[in-house]
Amino acid sequence: MATQTAPLPLTEPSRRHATAVLHDWITTVDHKKIGLMYIGYALLFLVIGGVEALLMRIQLIRPENHFLSPLVFNQLFTMHGTTMVFFVAMPVLFGFGNYLIPLMIGARDMAFPRLNAFSFWISAFAGFLLYFSYIGGSGLYGGGGAPDVGWWAYAPLTSKVFSPGHSSDYWTLSVLLSGIGSIGTALNIVATALSMRCRGMTLYRMPLLVWLYTVMSGMVFVTISPLTAAQIMLLLDRYLGSHFFDTQAGGSAVLWMHYFWIFGHPEVYVLILPVFAFMNEIIPVFSRKAIFGYPAMVAASVGIGFISLSVWAHHMFTIGMTSAGNTFFVLATMAVGVPTGIKIFNWLATIWGGKVHFAPPMLFAVGFLFQFLAAGLTGIMLSVAPFDWQLNNSYFVVAHFHYVIVGGILFSLFAAFYYWYPKMSGRMLNTKLAHWHFWLFLVGFHVTFDPMHFVGLDGMVRRTFTYPVDRGWGPLNVIISIGALIQAIATLVFVYNLVHSYFKGALAGPDPWDAWTLEWSVPSPPPTYNFAAAPTVESRRPLWDLKHPEDPDTLYE
Amino acid sequence: MSDAAAIPQNETWILPSRGIVGMACLITAESAIFLIFVVAYLYYSGKSLTGPSPREVLELPIFTSICLFSSSATIHFATSALHRAARGATSLCLAATVLLGAIFLGGTANEWYHLMVYDHLTIQTNLFGTTFYSLVGLHASHVIVGLILLSLALVFSLSGSLTREHTSRLEVLALYWHFVDAVWIVVFTVVYIVGR
Repeated sequence: MATQTAPLPLTEPSRRHATAVLHDWITTVDHKKIGLMYIGYALLFLVIGGVEALLMRIQLIRPENHFLSPLVFNQLFTMHGTTMVFFVAMPVLFGFGNYLIPLMIGARDMAFPRLNAFSFWISAFAGFLLYFSYIGGSGLYGGGGAPDVGWWAYAPLTSKVFSPGHSSDYWTLSVLLSGIGSIGTALNIVATALSMRCRGMTLYRMPLLVWLYTVMSGMVFVTISPLTAAQIMLLLDRYLGSHFFDTQAGGSAVLWMHYFWIFGHPEVYVLILPVFAFMNEIIPVFSRKAIFGYPAMVAASVGIGFISLSVWAHHMFTIGMTSAGNTFFVLATMAVGVPTGIKIFNWLATIWGGKVHFAPPMLFAVGFLFQFLAAGLTGIMLSVAPFDWQLNNSYFVVAHFHYVIVGGILFSLFAAFYYWYPKMSGRMLNTKLAHWHFWLFLVGFHVTFDPMHFVGLDGMVRRTFTYPVDRGWGPLNVIISIGALIQAIATLVFVYNLVHSYFKGALAGPDPWDAWTLEWSVPSPPPTYNFAAAPTVESRRPLWDLKHPEDPDTLYE
Repeated sequence: MSDAAAIPQNETWILPSRGIVGMACLITAESAIFLIFVVAYLYYSGKSLTGPSPREVLELPIFTSICLFSSSATIHFATSALHRAARGATSLCLAATVLLGAIFLGGTANEWYHLMVYDHLTIQTNLFGTTFYSLVGLHASHVIVGLILLSLALVFSLSGSLTREHTSRLEVLALYWHFVDAVWIVVFTVVYIVGR
C-alpha cells in the first residue's frame, strides 16, 4: 500500500505559523484542498441561507405578522434562493467531485490544477459579492440593499426603472462570475475523467460517481452558458441601454423567462446527478453487493442529461403557450421520470438480497430513496399543464422542489459527509450524534414540508410576506415553522459532530467501510501526492479484487 | 496495494490529450453562449420599432470574411510547420494568421464606425442595434482574445522558445481559432444573409 512515504524534511512538523498555513491554503492547487475549501465555503453559505429561511418562517408563523417588512422579506427569499442554488449546492457538489474524482480514477490531481484554483476563487468571490450588496446595493446614495427581484429575476423587475441602485447589478455579476467558475470546474472534471484515468481503467470500469459527474459537467456547458449569456444581455440592458428585455422598445420579457429556465430546469439535474452519484457508491457498499445494472445506470444518466434539456417550459405553463407547446413540454417532463425510475429500481435491486448495514451513510441513503421518490411523484403531478395552472406559484410548488432539494439532495449530501468524512479527516464521525442528526432532521423535514403541500392546495401563494387571518392557513404555518426549527437544531448537531469528531473521533484507517473503489486504498487523509505508485485496475471494484484474489470481479465483467 | 494487481504492464495505455478535451469543452460552452445570442437576434429580427433596418445600413463584409476564413488555413500550416520543426515557416504562418485576423478586426471597426457616425445606429437605437452590436461584438471579442494568444505564440516563435514539443499546445490554440472562424460562418449567415 501507499505507506512507503519518503521522509519529508519538515523543519517544524507540529506547529507551523498561522500565516504559513493560510498561505498554503490560498496558494494551493491541490485538488483535495480546493475540494475542502469548496465544501467549507458551501457550509458557511448553508448556514447563512438557513438563517434566512428561519427568518422567513418566523415572519409566516402567524397571519398578519410584522416581524419583517415586505421589502426585507423580498430580499430574504431572493438571497435564500440564490445562495442555496449557486453558493451552497453547486460548490458543495463541486467540492466532493474535486476531492474524489482524481482519487477514484487513480490520478495525481485534476487535469488543470491552476484552472481548478481559479474556478474556486472566482466562485467564492461571487458569493461574497452577492452579500456585499447589503452594504453596496444603493451605491453612494446610502442605505444599502440586497437584491429583491426573486431568484428568477424576471424582466422587467430587473430594469433600471424597477431596480434603481445596484442591488440587481450585484445579483447579475455574482451569478455571472459563479457561472464562469462552474464552467471552469466542469471543464476540468470532463478533462480529468477522459484524460487522467490510471492504467486499466477503461470507461466501462470507471466508477459510477465519475461517470455521473462527467455527465453533469457536460450539462453544465449547455445549461450554465445560456444563463451566462442572459446575464451579459441584462448587464448590457442596465449599463449600455440596450433593449433585450425592455418591452417599451419591443423587447420581450418572455425571452428572459425562456433563457432563465433553459438554465433553471436542467440545473436541477445538474444538482441531482452528483447526488445520484453518491448513492451509486454508498448503497452497494452498505448492501455488500456490487451495483445492479451498471450499464443501465450509465445509460439512464446520459438519458436524463439529454431529456432534461427539453423540459424547461414546464415552468411557464401559465404564461400562455400554444397547446402544441404545452403538450410537448408535458410529455417531455413526464419522460424524465423513465430514466429516473430505472435508477430507483436499480438501487432497490442492489439492496435486494444484500446484507444491509444501517451505518449513518446508509440511513441517509434510505431516507433519500423514499423522499426523492415522493418528490418525483409531485413533480409528475405538476408536469400536467392543467394541474400546474391551478397550483403554479403556490406553496405546493415550494413543497415539491424543497422535497427534491432537501429531502433528496441534502439527505444524499449528508450520507456523503458520513461516508467520506473519515477519508478526508482521518477520523470517524460519532455514530450516536449521527443518529440524533438523522432522526431529528427526518422529523423536522417532514413536519416542515409535508404540510406545505396542503397550504399550497388551499391556495397559499409563494413569496407572500404575510396572509389574512380568515384563510385558515395559520395552524399549518405554525407547524411548518416548528419543523424548520427542528431542522435547524439537527443541522447544529451535525456541525457539532463535524467539529467534535475532527479532534475526538475514532481513527478511521484507510478503509473503514471495507469499500471497493481506489480512494480507500490510500491513507486517510490522503497524502498530497495521492498514490505512491500509479495504480492499475482490472475491474470496476479494484479493492475487491485485491481483498478476494480467489474470486475477483474480472471473472464476471 | 495499489500496484499489486498483476497484469502485463507493457500494454499501451493512451488517453485523449487533456488540452484538446479541455478546449472541446470550452468550445461547447461558448457555442451555447453564441446560440443564445443568435436566438435573440433571430427572435428580434424585424421587430424594431424604429429605423434604421439591417437592409438599409448593412453591407456584406466579403473581403474581411475571406481574410478570416483564410486564417484558419494559415494556423493549420503553422501547426504542421512546427510539427516538422520548421521554425521560419512557423513564424511566417503565425504572422500571416495574426495579420489576417487583424484585417478582419479592422473591417469590423470600420463597419461600426460608419454605422455609428453616418447611420446613427447605436446599441440603444433599436432592437436591431441591440442584437447586432452584441452578437457581432461577442464574436469580435473572441477574435481579440485569439489575436492576443496568437501574437504571444508569434513572439515565442520569433524568440526561438516555441519548439516542436509545444506542437500539441499550438494545436489547442488552433482549435480555438478554428472555432472563432466557424462561429463567423454562423454569424455571417444570420446577420448578413438571413437577417437582411
